[in-house]
Amino acid sequence: MSGRLRLLPVFVAAYLLFLYAPILLIPIFSFNNAASTTFPLAGFTWKWYVTLAGNTVMLDAARNSLIVGVSVSILATLFGICAARAITRYDFRGKRLTSGLIMAPLFLPEIIVAISLLMIVLAMGAELSLLTVILGQTVFCIPYSMAVLVSGFEGFDRSLEEASQDLGETAFGTFRRVTLPVVAPAILSSLLVAFTISLDEFILAFFLTGTQQTLPVYIWGQLRFAAKLPSVLALGSLMLLASVFLLTLAEIFRRRAENRKILQEVPHG
Amino acid sequence: MADRSMISIHGISKYYGPYPAVSSLSLEIGGGEFFSLLGPSGCGKTTLLRMIAGFVEPTDGSIRIDGQDVTGTPPNRRPTNMVFQNYAIFPHLNVEENVGYGLKRLRLDKTEEKRRIGEALEQVRLSTLGSRKAHELSGGQRQRVALARALVMRPKVLLLDEPLSALDKKLREQMQVELRSLQQAVGITFILVTHDQYEALAMSDRIAVMFAGKLAQVATPKEIYQRPVNRQVADFLGGMNFLSATVTGDTNGKVAARTDIFGDVVLEKPPGFTVVEGKVTLGMRPERLRLLWEGETAAKEIRGTVSNRHYFGETTHLSIAVDGLSAPLSIIETNNYGADDLPIGAGVRLAYDPDALVLLAE
Amino acid sequence: MTAAAEPSFPPATARQWRRSEEARGLALISPTFLYALALLFLPVLIVFLYSFWTQDYLTIDRTFTLKNYRQALGEPIYQDLLARSLYISLTVSVITVVLSYPIAWFISFHGGLNKNFWLFVITIPCWTSYLLRVMSWKVILGYQGVMNTGLMKLGIIEQPLTSLLYNANAVIITLVHSWAAFAILPIFISLEKIDRSLIEAAADLGDGPIRRFFRIVLPLSMPGVISAFLIVMIPTVGDYVTPQLVGGKEGVMIASAIQASFGKAANWPLGAALSVTTMVIVTLLAGAIVLGLRLIVRGIR
Repeated sequence: MSGRLRLLPVFVAAYLLFLYAPILLIPIFSFNNAASTTFPLAGFTWKWYVTLAGNTVMLDAARNSLIVGVSVSILATLFGICAARAITRYDFRGKRLTSGLIMAPLFLPEIIVAISLLMIVLAMGAELSLLTVILGQTVFCIPYSMAVLVSGFEGFDRSLEEASQDLGETAFGTFRRVTLPVVAPAILSSLLVAFTISLDEFILAFFLTGTQQTLPVYIWGQLRFAAKLPSVLALGSLMLLASVFLLTLAEIFRRRAENRKILQEVPHG
Repeated sequence: MADRSMISIHGISKYYGPYPAVSSLSLEIGGGEFFSLLGPSGCGKTTLLRMIAGFVEPTDGSIRIDGQDVTGTPPNRRPTNMVFQNYAIFPHLNVEENVGYGLKRLRLDKTEEKRRIGEALEQVRLSTLGSRKAHELSGGQRQRVALARALVMRPKVLLLDEPLSALDKKLREQMQVELRSLQQAVGITFILVTHDQYEALAMSDRIAVMFAGKLAQVATPKEIYQRPVNRQVADFLGGMNFLSATVTGDTNGKVAARTDIFGDVVLEKPPGFTVVEGKVTLGMRPERLRLLWEGETAAKEIRGTVSNRHYFGETTHLSIAVDGLSAPLSIIETNNYGADDLPIGAGVRLAYDPDALVLLAE
Repeated sequence: MTAAAEPSFPPATARQWRRSEEARGLALISPTFLYALALLFLPVLIVFLYSFWTQDYLTIDRTFTLKNYRQALGEPIYQDLLARSLYISLTVSVITVVLSYPIAWFISFHGGLNKNFWLFVITIPCWTSYLLRVMSWKVILGYQGVMNTGLMKLGIIEQPLTSLLYNANAVIITLVHSWAAFAILPIFISLEKIDRSLIEAAADLGDGPIRRFFRIVLPLSMPGVISAFLIVMIPTVGDYVTPQLVGGKEGVMIASAIQASFGKAANWPLGAALSVTTMVIVTLLAGAIVLGLRLIVRGIR
């Protein structure tokens, strides 16, 4: 046991280095005063960030990503709330089948989801647009939203709603004053997770978008030009910052939901 | 205590499919009474409580609270409030907000609302914890919040669904005492659901014992313990020695019977009791049999040998084999005189009181 | 007492009650279910249908044919792509699971009060832009990349290595990096579920640390290992971005062929047949692996 105890921290440290080093290179080279991404570094510069600010194509893509991200997070969370509530609250035949299909995107190669959606959109004669991206990414994000919401709803004790009713509150009042506030952290967490996934999602956006690009599709186009790499890295650093910020928020809300769960699980003492 | 009827339940039934959780049950509970519904899990006691609260609608029958028919009235419009088994403390609110939850609907003015919350918190001795969040409370404190939250509504009836089952033994015993004195202080009807016979005996004015959706017996704690109507009730409330006896006489109010070891006895007949094939079952609580030591004599005594012994600290439980009895008699002795040192196989004499024998229906 | 499972105002009979419980559940899940049916099941069904049709420029011939499958399974280039995709995804899954297990173990058994913090630290990199993570590996492994310049600085090599980038190994390294957290989480969850007293019981009954691991911890955490394996293997088979960016000619995978038949080649039925073939093979492989891992565990016990 003691031998493993000494080896394990070393392994964990090495693993964290392996995980983080490639991520940290992105901001490092985004401040590097050279077009090539090689060591040694050539000095500090803001210029790649400055060029971003004047890049209207990129700003358009950012705006599109925002539209898609907000729509997807709302849609996926709404669909997720319905399904998560049904699964945690009711017992019905076909539960496994229905939830299995809803969770299926987790177990399918993404490219197959993408091309099958592409085929049905084109077969119906519809135009590819941001709307098709939104619809497609929603299918893809629902499982993640569901996972967050189910764990949030599982902690929700039905006697809370009964207690509220018992104290004189109506059904609507109970929903407003008890149900919603108690599950609010899980809902916020689901919104943030779905938004973050949508922001980074490339394959579906690549196949399903028309003339309007999202940020990952824009980045994909830029990757072909070596000279554009530093400003893409600058963009990437900003997105990384946004993702970390959103995920930290999501984590804070998730923990708050967790606290409320613990409350109902430890009646002793 | 039971000055006038507060709750009157008439012919109430609750069916889940073909299975009755409660079947045609009638019951009167008085104003200011501490009333317990006692029974094993699945006997329908919680269903009955939830029908009084309005969470379960009866299939049949009616419920009146303080003279008003409330059958079909939703829980938010009944003059009852409930303390839930897991307390159902709203996790997003602090103690004061939890207690004030129901008052918000009444639209009282702010100072009055504050006063009533303060009063309720004082009643349960939680005045200093008003701003605590729910997850910062211990189990006992949560229970007090649940109590205050219900009492602040000034209900006519307070319903308690196994409120002590989540607490550890010491705290549970302390809360039993507190709940009882709280009930006497506020003077309203308390209905307690429990599966713990000691809890019911210690706290109640009256107890209703339930089995399989039906009332088996409704009586004071002492009567229920000492004069159980049947074998099931006797067994559920504690240890009991069962003896079979042959009937020698059967009049209106009394039954005369002959037993193998206690000789001829005359017993009071509980209402509705009928003798079947000239045989009856008698019961005697273990503590009503007493060891006789050297030099002691008693009016009625029998002889036996110690066949088993279990030490419980303050008491020792002994099994005494008696000639003519298939099962040994159980007795409970306090450890004053050395019952804990009696060797197995020792011959002993037991004193008994024939008045402690009860007639039990099967 | 089953009171908590009762609805507030149930109808008179249990059959009605069940029906309404059932109806409410179904009604509530149906929007999401119908959405998934329309945008997941239906599209996959159409892909399935297409795989039996033929395309001649813009017209679709809807007579049933197995021609596409003969092509997908018969032509060497597709055989190679499928074989390489499976090889890469299997290798990636094995490496990822083997590397992730000790991490999950560390968090679960030595994470103390900071388990959530550790999980957060582990998952953050996996939530950053997928494209840029892959790009970053290109920067690391490239001809003038971080690895080559670093090694030359240290004097280990004189000439930059060309063998680092644009091959299957580069794809494998990048994918292992991308999927790390997805493997750690399920293993961690199954380790958390193990009652610690079981391990103590095994120790009490005379098992040393290694035997305890193989006889108690590993078998009980097997569900987590299996789902980690599947959650990595299934999506990586069809990965498109990584082989495109760091794979070069030697690292091309089946997704590129699928994409090409919907893009340049404009042969939807062939693309559909390749997709269906990939899905079927992955499903069979997944089933075989689940069975295999279970048998191995049974053997150990």
